[in-house]
Amino acid sequence: MAATPTATAESTSRTIGQVPETWRQSLLLSRYQFRDYLRSRRFILMMAIVVAIGAIISFILAYFHGTTTIAGLTSSSDAFYGSFWGGGAYVVIIFAGIIFGGDAIAGEFQNKTGYFLMGLPIRRAAVYVGKFLASLGASIAAMVVYLVILVGNGAVYLGTGFFPFALVESFAIALLYLLALLGAVFLFSSMFKNSLYAVLVVAILFLFGFTILQDLIVALVKIEPWFIIDYARVTIAYPFDATLPPHIATTTTMGPRGTRITTTTYSPTYPEGLAIMAGYFIFTAIAGLFLFEREEFT
Amino acid sequence: MSAGLSLEAVGLTKRFNSFTALDHLNLKVEGSKCLGFLGPNGAGKTTTLKMFTDLIFPSEGEAFINGVSVQRDRKRALSVVGDLIESPEIYGSLSPREALEMSGALRGMRSEEIRARTKVVLEEVKMSEWTDQRFGRFSKGMKQRVNIAAALLSDPEVLILDEPSTGLDPRGMAEVRSIVRSLKSEHRLIFMSSHILSEVVDVCDEVALIDHGRLLFYDTLENVSTRLNANASSVELSFVRPISEETIASQIRPIPGVTTALLVGPQRARLIISGGPETQAQVLERIAGARLGLVSFEPSTSALEELYLREISKGD
Repeated sequence: MAATPTATAESTSRTIGQVPETWRQSLLLSRYQFRDYLRSRRFILMMAIVVAIGAIISFILAYFHGTTTIAGLTSSSDAFYGSFWGGGAYVVIIFAGIIFGGDAIAGEFQNKTGYFLMGLPIRRAAVYVGKFLASLGASIAAMVVYLVILVGNGAVYLGTGFFPFALVESFAIALLYLLALLGAVFLFSSMFKNSLYAVLVVAILFLFGFTILQDLIVALVKIEPWFIIDYARVTIAYPFDATLPPHIATTTTMGPRGTRITTTTYSPTYPEGLAIMAGYFIFTAIAGLFLFEREEFT
Repeated sequence: MSAGLSLEAVGLTKRFNSFTALDHLNLKVEGSKCLGFLGPNGAGKTTTLKMFTDLIFPSEGEAFINGVSVQRDRKRALSVVGDLIESPEIYGSLSPREALEMSGALRGMRSEEIRARTKVVLEEVKMSEWTDQRFGRFSKGMKQRVNIAAALLSDPEVLILDEPSTGLDPRGMAEVRSIVRSLKSEHRLIFMSSHILSEVVDVCDEVALIDHGRLLFYDTLENVSTRLNANASSVELSFVRPISEETIASQIRPIPGVTTALLVGPQRARLIISGGPETQAQVLERIAGARLGLVSFEPSTSALEELYLREISKGD
């Protein structure tokens, strides 16, 4: 080994500004990431999905208006919003989560955008939170568009005075569901360095995987599936229900050859639904960040 | 650790399962200079630079920038660094202006500083006319120019560049070298990996060579020739017309002082001349007098090249 060349260590004094706090860097990053989302094809795709769902609902309402087919739906604001918002918002939320969050972290590795960001004096937590906030903002935009379409239809069929407080309450629960879903989506996104895998896994799990899993658990293991996020999503519709479903309901039916078949169905209580969503959000967000902190840009 | 302008690797080791990409690298670079970090593909150059920028984590050891551990306090350590590792991508819908604005804001630069520096660095990399175009539409070379601009934005004291001319055309490569050269005159430490020897000779003051994850040598460029052979110098000759092996054998090799004469192209030859400047002058006068059509001669990079090949071959 050669002798190390000697050189004088000079004083360093050229520092431009003070590196912002981590939370401030998160907000800064989310602003640019959100701007990127707004200009992206994925945002147009998401809006097209929302508008398509809204158009189908509008068409059905217009087509069957005045018939008994949808009389129940337009009989009250609770029935109307309970069906179309309480029972439909989760579809928008799932699509938004997949589209805006599926590759949020995986893409940093695969698309090499992480090399640009991570060379900056910024903690990984700031990148993670910044991207989470941007995905949250873009997803909320999609939810708001869906809500506006419903409220427009509601004004037509219920009158302009029918904007129930339950809708505000349900929107807040839907936001909590969105947080939980994005937390889970970011966790899966942090597990993969490949965007396609991340998006596929998230799409399969949230579009039908969790539903199938939940049904299997209830049918075979016969326990309350409180640990599956899908189980909690019915809580979004609870503000519109005058009577909440029983937490555990057992029904017995007669099967072939006189056998009795006992079926147990579970519905989360109001607080339980909220707790599952909040728990999912906290656990998955922390776990996702933990993985991202340890993932290497190899 | 000292708080001066410095980069230091202390026992830096990186293992990927059973493969050791970097093996206990100990290297300390101090002061305002440019260090060329040389090595063949897979030698461990990028791995080292990635650990200095916290993109990957050491299996053992630590990397320090200006005395601050990158692994323990990345935010503080990287606050003085501008880096370019593996041709990064910027969010496709952002323009260079927006990308630099984001980079500057995350570094804590004030808006007016960002605006002023954005103008300067985009001019420096000749991307001024593309300031508001979307990054996603750029060619690889244009993206690399914007990445270089981003690395320079904060006027950093320490620049870590991983093969910065990658993806650029010959003109772009020359421009990058010119930029790096111009940055050397300022108070700055540049740590630049490359596998292009001429680039290192052209730009750097010092050179460190690694292979198989081990540091083979670290020295100034002047000392490299001395290390190879204290009394030998290497010269490349260009001729106006093709020159044959026979001519070299009959007219150049016999000249006293010429220890090696090789044909390296139809109109180019490389000599190693033993002895001092006097012998070198005599040899060149004899060749010029032989009327072989000599049009130019220049010190070749072969001293570094020979040392490079000699050291690399030891490990094979």
